[in-house]
Amino acid sequence: MEKIRIEDLEKITQRVKKATLLREGAGRVKITVHMGTCGISAGAKEIMDILREELKKNDIHDVILTSSGCAGLCSKEPMATVELKGEEPVKYIALTAGKALKIFNEHVLGARIVKEYALAKGSERLYQGE
Amino acid sequence: MSEQEIIPQISDIGFFSRQALVVLKNRGLIDPEKIDEYIARGGYRALAKALTRMAPEEIIKEIKDSGLRGRGGAGFPTGLKWELCRKFPGEVKYIIGNADEGDPGAFMDRSIVEADPHSVLEGMLIGAKAIGAKEGYIYIRAEYPLATKMLEVAIRQAKEYGLIGEDIFGTGFSFDIHIKQGAGAFVCGEESSLIGSIEGRPPEPRQRPPFPVQAGLWGRPTNINNVETWANVPVIIDRGAKWFANIGTEKSKGTKVFSLVGKINNTGLVEVPMGITIKEIIYDIGGGIPGGKEFKALQTGGPSGGCIPKSLMDLPIDYERLTEAGSIMGSGGLIVMDEDTCVVDLAKYFIDFTNDESCGKCSSCRDGSTALLEILERISAGEGKEEDLGLLWEISNAVKDASMCGLGQTLPNPVLSTLRYFRDEYEAHVRQKKCPAKVCKALVKYFIDDKKCTGCTLCARNCPQGAISGEKKMPHKIDLDKCVKCGICFEVCKFAAVIRE
Repeated sequence: MEKIRIEDLEKITQRVKKATLLREGAGRVKITVHMGTCGISAGAKEIMDILREELKKNDIHDVILTSSGCAGLCSKEPMATVELKGEEPVKYIALTAGKALKIFNEHVLGARIVKEYALAKGSERLYQGE
Repeated sequence: MSEQEIIPQISDIGFFSRQALVVLKNRGLIDPEKIDEYIARGGYRALAKALTRMAPEEIIKEIKDSGLRGRGGAGFPTGLKWELCRKFPGEVKYIIGNADEGDPGAFMDRSIVEADPHSVLEGMLIGAKAIGAKEGYIYIRAEYPLATKMLEVAIRQAKEYGLIGEDIFGTGFSFDIHIKQGAGAFVCGEESSLIGSIEGRPPEPRQRPPFPVQAGLWGRPTNINNVETWANVPVIIDRGAKWFANIGTEKSKGTKVFSLVGKINNTGLVEVPMGITIKEIIYDIGGGIPGGKEFKALQTGGPSGGCIPKSLMDLPIDYERLTEAGSIMGSGGLIVMDEDTCVVDLAKYFIDFTNDESCGKCSSCRDGSTALLEILERISAGEGKEEDLGLLWEISNAVKDASMCGLGQTLPNPVLSTLRYFRDEYEAHVRQKKCPAKVCKALVKYFIDDKKCTGCTLCARNCPQGAISGEKKMPHKIDLDKCVKCGICFEVCKFAAVIRE
């Protein structure tokens, strides 16, 4: 990595959008496993490992698997967000290995939301003001 | 796709929809170990603006106009602090980010640093430019290994991009930053002890004045702010002071990040506009009290704060209103209590903590907290005397008055506030030797109602002391001499036959 200039901020932004934002990028699905201390202590690392293993086993290359910090609702960890291209992201809560596998097969591969494990769809964003 | 419609929108979920994300704007959306993702969501634009299009005085004015106040607990106006630090003479100045977060139940700072470390770094860089500092420290408690790791990765990546180091963005501004880990002392969250800790001295507060802005780290002008305060800075520079000042109340602008814990359904991290009421936090965001129990009080400000009782549920949360009610904003821990929480036990818990953490320098804090603890322990054990309540009041006020630092000056708050709002509960402990919440073990008796007991033997099998006897299908009995009031029988009984009095 080299020292950047101010102009590079926008270049980096476009590069990231192409790689990870489904609207503009190459992926079909993005899975974010929430891995703050709360998530990890509830078992998020195992969920992450399982999903990574499934992608490898099935030789899948159009799914982006990533992590983020705590999603806020610590009491319902482990949590993961699944976003299909062109659809709103879906937040799944209280995950177990079994639930993660079901979500992987039905939602990630089959494009069908697993309603009984989903909390809500949509994203949080910067407060827009009064 | 009618199936999709059955799933609620995030705007239908009270926990999320009632929050106002400013500091936590990147929540759940970026990998903290990838600086590019922070940049892609607008990161480091505020720094570019501050370094190329704003003079230091303009940056300070923007922060002043925003109304940002310190988020570490005391709520001192941030812009004013920066201005004072800038004005004090000296070539060498320091800025510090306080991530010591010692309050039990608080995890705001940890969450911010774990999930979005660059928001803190960018804020500190902007502050350094405004104040004229070339070096900074982030003091983070050793009990936060993941947050420390994220910070290390973030600093390394920012250095690789030249965002920390010499001649940032080619503007001639240089800044270096170090991580200093704490070593287990709550008092190091207090600014002068924190500075002492960085200097390698034992963590003890210093007499102020002079304040750190005049003579802080190694005697140089130093500006310390909590990491949540720093994380607000890039958003203010980006969006403008006016945008920020539109959020919140007249004297408390912006948002506050809280850790909502205790007897609440939706435990977690919440960011809300200043001025939101306690009722909204508990019911709309928190989802109410589990088990259908009654809300009793909200403890704010950790060991330095007090309880706001149910009767004040409509109180808007801001610095002044909380202080008037006998508590403080504090760093942001919100501990929800229900009808099963004993306020004497709560006060005892906090005094036990601060007594342990007292550095020992001031007799008022060191011996005063010991005296308070001794009285609370006696009351909890059923040995309270009538004069104890007056004594608790007197000692508390003396400790507040005479102690040198914030630890001592605020440790009596849990006692004073519970005495103010729940005096009857203290009186029950002292006069009737009863604990209404059935928590204080010495004042609680467990026995079995032989009309409800079915003789299933579940309690007897689970009793760790072997204190319960009885034949199968016959009512059981608890031997009070062996019973240690652990409460396990009460919890396992499926017939509500175990009674606590």
